[in-house]
Amino acid sequence: MNFELPKLPYALDALEPVISKKTMDFHYGKHHQAYVNNLNKLVKGTEFENADLETIVKKSEGGIFNNGAQVWNHTFYFMSFKPNGGGVPTGALAEAINSSFGSFDKFKEEFSAAAATVFGSGWAWLVKKADGSLAIVKESNAGNPLRDGLTPILTCDVWEHAYYLDKQNLRPKYIQEFFDILDWDLVSARY
Amino acid sequence: MAFELPKLEYAYDALEPHIDARTMEIHYTKHHAAYTNNLNAAFEGSDLAGKSIEDILANISQHSVAIRNNGGGFYNHNLFWTVMSPNGGGAPNGELAEAITKAFGSFDAFKDTFNKAAATRFGSGWAWLVKQADGSLAVTSSANQDNPLMDIADVKGTPILGLDVWEHAYYLHYQNRRPDYIGAFWNVVNWDEVTRRFKV
Repeated sequence: MNFELPKLPYALDALEPVISKKTMDFHYGKHHQAYVNNLNKLVKGTEFENADLETIVKKSEGGIFNNGAQVWNHTFYFMSFKPNGGGVPTGALAEAINSSFGSFDKFKEEFSAAAATVFGSGWAWLVKKADGSLAIVKESNAGNPLRDGLTPILTCDVWEHAYYLDKQNLRPKYIQEFFDILDWDLVSARY
Repeated sequence: MAFELPKLEYAYDALEPHIDARTMEIHYTKHHAAYTNNLNAAFEGSDLAGKSIEDILANISQHSVAIRNNGGGFYNHNLFWTVMSPNGGGAPNGELAEAITKAFGSFDAFKDTFNKAAATRFGSGWAWLVKQADGSLAVTSSANQDNPLMDIADVKGTPILGLDVWEHAYYLHYQNRRPDYIGAFWNVVNWDEVTRRFKV
C-alpha cells in the first residue's frame, strides 16, 4: 500500500515557543516525509508491499523496519500535541497513572528521566501492559514497544533533530516543555 | 588523575564554512565537556584509576555502560578535533596513499565507501577509517559512542580518521542534509594527522 504523510491538526507554528516552526518544517516536512518516501520505495516487491503499517512495525527488519517504525513513531508523536496543551490527564488514564506510579508528578519524573537518559537517538514511551497497568520504556533509534506486545500511550522523540534547533544540547529543557503541548484528551483516548 | 578536555588547536570559526562556529563551540564546550566530566564521575569508585583510555576501551565489555558511553565520547571527540584543520583537505600521499589504494582501489573509491558508511549509519554514531592488526585499512561505522578500539566492535583496529554523524555535529548548519555535511568534511580533513596516526 502507498503510505502518506498524515495531515496535522494544527499549524506548523502552533506549538511555539516549545517547538519552533523551523523545527516543525524539518521534522515533519523533511524527516517524517523522508521516512514515508523511503518506506514506499523499500516495500516494493517485498512481502510487505501490501501490509499495513502496524504489521510492518511488528514483523519487518532492517531498512523497512527503520523507516516503517519511524513513520509510525512520528505520526504518534505529532498526534499527541495541541497549542496551549498541558495540564493533567483525567478519567481511566489518570487512575492508571496513579495506580502504576503513585501520582502524576511521579510519572512525569520517571518519564522525564527515561527520556533524558536514552543514549543516542531514540524514544521514551508510556505503554499499557496486557493487564492494563502502565510502564515506561526506552527504545533506541526506530524502536517501538508494539514489538514487545505493549500498547503505546505516549511518546517523546529524543533524536537530536527533535530539539536541536531550539534547545541544542539542553535535552532536559525540551522534555520539560514537551508536557506543555500535550493533548491529554487524545492521549487518554489511547488508553 | 582525571581525564581532561584537550585544548582545541584552532578557533571555533576556523573550519567555516564547512563547520560553523556555533556548532564547534557547543560541540566542544558542551557535548565533549559533558562526556569528559561524566567519564571522570564514572571513574570514581571504580578500580580503573591510572589506566589509559585506550586500555579501558580495549576491554570495554568488562566495564559499565557509563564508562562505555562516556569513555567512547571522550576518546572519539579527542580524535575528531585533531583530524580536522583549517588547512585541511586535498588527498594523502606516501605510505597512507598507497595503503588506501591497496585497500579500496583508489582514493575516490575510498571516499565513496566512507561516505556511504557515514550516510547510512542509522541514528547516532561515527564513520571510521581503521588500521587493522595486519596493517591493512578498512572502513566501518559504529553506533552511538562506540569505536573500533572496543573489544565489542564489528571491525577492530586503530581508528585513524573518524567522522561524527550524531545530529549534534551538523544539525544547526545542515539540518536533515547529512550528505552535505559529509561532503564538506573532506575540505577540512587533516591528512598530516591521519598519516601520523597511520604510522604509529
